[in-house]
Amino acid sequence: MTLQFKPDETFRNDFVYANSDEAVLRFPFPFPEDAYMYAVNIEPHVPGGPSPAYDNPFDLDEHYVAECRERAKVLEQDPGRCKVLPHMMAAQWDTLELIMESYAAAYPEHFALTRDGTLWTWENRPLGIRDTFTFGDASTLPLPPFEYITRQAQGDFTLQDQRDDNLFIDGGMVTTQADWSLDFDVGMTFHQWHGPVPLAHQKGVFDRALKFLLRLQYGRPVRRLNWTMTINPRLDTSPENYPSWGPDRTTVTPDNVGRKVHLRVELQSLFRLPRSNAILFGIRCYLCSIEDLARVEIWGKRLHRVLRDLHPDIADYKGLTRFRADAVRFLAPLDDGAPLPAGTAPGQSVLPAKG
Amino acid sequence: MSARTMPLRVAAAEPLSPRLKAFTLVAADGGLVHPSGPGAHLRLLLRNGAAVHRNAYSIVSSPDDRSHVSIIVRRTRDSKGGSALLHEAVKPGDVIEAGLPANLFPVVRTARKHLMVSGGIGITPFLAYIAAFQAAGTPWELHHFCRIEERAVFEALLAHAPAGRVHIHAGNAFGVLADRLARQPLGTHLYSCGPALLMEAGQELARSLGWPKARLHSESFGGAAEGGAPFIAVLRRSNLEIEVGPQTSLLDAIEAAGVDAPCLCRGGACGQCVVEVAEGEPEHRDHFLDDDERASNRLIMTCVSRARTPRLVLDL
Repeated sequence: MTLQFKPDETFRNDFVYANSDEAVLRFPFPFPEDAYMYAVNIEPHVPGGPSPAYDNPFDLDEHYVAECRERAKVLEQDPGRCKVLPHMMAAQWDTLELIMESYAAAYPEHFALTRDGTLWTWENRPLGIRDTFTFGDASTLPLPPFEYITRQAQGDFTLQDQRDDNLFIDGGMVTTQADWSLDFDVGMTFHQWHGPVPLAHQKGVFDRALKFLLRLQYGRPVRRLNWTMTINPRLDTSPENYPSWGPDRTTVTPDNVGRKVHLRVELQSLFRLPRSNAILFGIRCYLCSIEDLARVEIWGKRLHRVLRDLHPDIADYKGLTRFRADAVRFLAPLDDGAPLPAGTAPGQSVLPAKG
Repeated sequence: MSARTMPLRVAAAEPLSPRLKAFTLVAADGGLVHPSGPGAHLRLLLRNGAAVHRNAYSIVSSPDDRSHVSIIVRRTRDSKGGSALLHEAVKPGDVIEAGLPANLFPVVRTARKHLMVSGGIGITPFLAYIAAFQAAGTPWELHHFCRIEERAVFEALLAHAPAGRVHIHAGNAFGVLADRLARQPLGTHLYSCGPALLMEAGQELARSLGWPKARLHSESFGGAAEGGAPFIAVLRRSNLEIEVGPQTSLLDAIEAAGVDAPCLCRGGACGQCVVEVAEGEPEHRDHFLDDDERASNRLIMTCVSRARTPRLVLDL
C-alpha cells in the first residue's frame, strides 16, 4: 500500500484533521465484546489480525508526517518531553536499530538503511532526512540516538530498564499522551507508574502483567490495545498542557458530539531489546471521531453498548463523565440491539457516504 | 522478526584445550547475526540421529559486533549429548539451527562497579561482559578460579583484558574472595557463574558480609521453564488422548491435535487458556492462578503448565 501523507494536518488550534475511508476501516477498534473491563489483554505482536494496523512492528499511516511535525512543535515548547536516564545508552541504540530496521523493511519506498560495518546511512524520504553515522558513537548523530529516531517515528515510546525483578521507566519520548507525564513518572517502578489506574490493581492485573513482561523474550514482541476518548483530534493531552485542553470537555453539545468526540486507541507494543535487555514500549495513538467510527455498523453499535454500560470508576478515570451521556445519545439510534459477532473486524469493506 | 530460530554456519572450530573448543558462527544466509547483549546465550538445536539436544551456551563475542557470534563449549567427561557432538562431529561449514539470543544474566546498568566471580567454563558470559564494560568505561574486576592445569588456557582467553582487573586463581584458592568481597565500593554488583558450589559459596559469603540481595546475581539456565517430563493429556469432551512430549507445551500438543483451545499471551499471564482439570495433578508454572486455585488442582494454564502425574484429564 502506498501511503498518501497529509503533511498539513494540525492537532491543535484549527484542527485540520480527517481520516480517509481507508484509515477508518483500518482503525484498531478495541472492543471485541459489548462490555469493557480491565484485563491482561496481551497477545503476541505478530503480523495479521482484524486490521492492517497489526501487520508491521511499527505501523505508519497517512498522518505520519503531520504527527512528526506536531512532535517537533511540542518539543520546541517543552524539551523535557524527551528524557533518557544516563544508564540507558545501550537501549537508545537498540531503539534506533529496531525502528530503522523495521521501517526500512516494512516501507522500503519511504525509508532505507544501508550498513557497512558500523557505518550506517539512514534515509527518511517523507521527512527529507539522510544521515551517515557510526553506530555506537553518539557524537556522529545530530541528536542522541533515541531522540533522533523517535522524532522520526509515529507514536510515543518509553524505555523500561529491568533490574531488581522490576521494570523502571527510565526514558521516553512522550508528546502524544493521554494525560500522563513522563517528567513525573520517570524513574518509577511498574506499580508506581500504574498507581492511578482504578480497579485493575485489585484484580491483580499489574502483578501478572509485570511477571509476564519480566520474561518477555527478544524476537517475541507482544501488543495490547488501550483506549480513552479525546475532544477534538488533539494528540498532546498532557497534564502539563491541561489548561489548553481540559476546558474542551465543556464544549461538547448534542449537535457537535459526533464530530468533536474522538475514540483514542493506543496500539501498545512491547519489545525486548537485545543489547540492553531493556523493554521498548511503543504507544501508537489513533484518533477517530465517533461519527466516522459509526459509519462501520458493527463498531457504532458496539461503542454504544460499551459506553452505555461502562463502570463509572473507569469513565471517571478516563475523563469521560462530562460528555458520556451525549455520546451515548448520539449512538443509541444506530443500535438496534441485535447480537454482534465477537471480535473487532469491521465486517464491511466500504463506508457509506458521510451523513 | 517473527522467526524463532536462525540457521548459523560454523565458520571456525578451534580447540583451546583438550576439553574446551571455541566455535565462531555466522548467519547461514551471509547477513548479520541477531544483536545480543552481555550475558546472552544461544540455544543450539543439535540433531544426532533421532535425538535432538537443546544446549545453551553463553555468547562470548563482543555484543556490538554482528558479523558473527562465538561460543566456547566444554566437553563434559561422560557426555553423550550436545557437547560431545560439538567436539567430535561438528565441522566448519556445517549449519546449526539456533534459537534467537536470550538473556537471563543481564548486566545491571545502574551499577557503579561490576565484580565478577567465575569458575572454569563459567568465564564465558564474562568475556562478553568485559567487552561491554571496556567499551562503556565502567569499573570492573574479575576473579576467575580454575584448575592448575587449565590456568594457561584462561590466561590466553583473558590476554586482551587489562592485567590489573583480571585475577586468575589456580588450585584451591577460594580464600582470597572474602577479602575482595569485603573491600568493594558501595554500589558494586556481584555476578557469579560456574559450578553450583562456587556460586553458592560466593553468594553466601557476600550475604554474610552484608551485601544487599539486589546486588547479587548468578547465571542460571533454569528460568526458561520450557519442557519437562512427558505425560498424557486426555481431552474429555473431544474424546482424544494426546502425548505431550518433553519439549512440547501442553497447549502446542492440544493445538497439534486439532483442538481449538483458548489462548492469548502464551506466557502464563493473561488467563485466557485456563482449563478445568478433571483428574490428575498439574505442575503449575503460570503467573495467573492464585494460591488457592493452585492448591485445588482443578485448573491449569495450558500454555506453560505441565503435569505431575502421568495422566491429566482436561475438560476440553
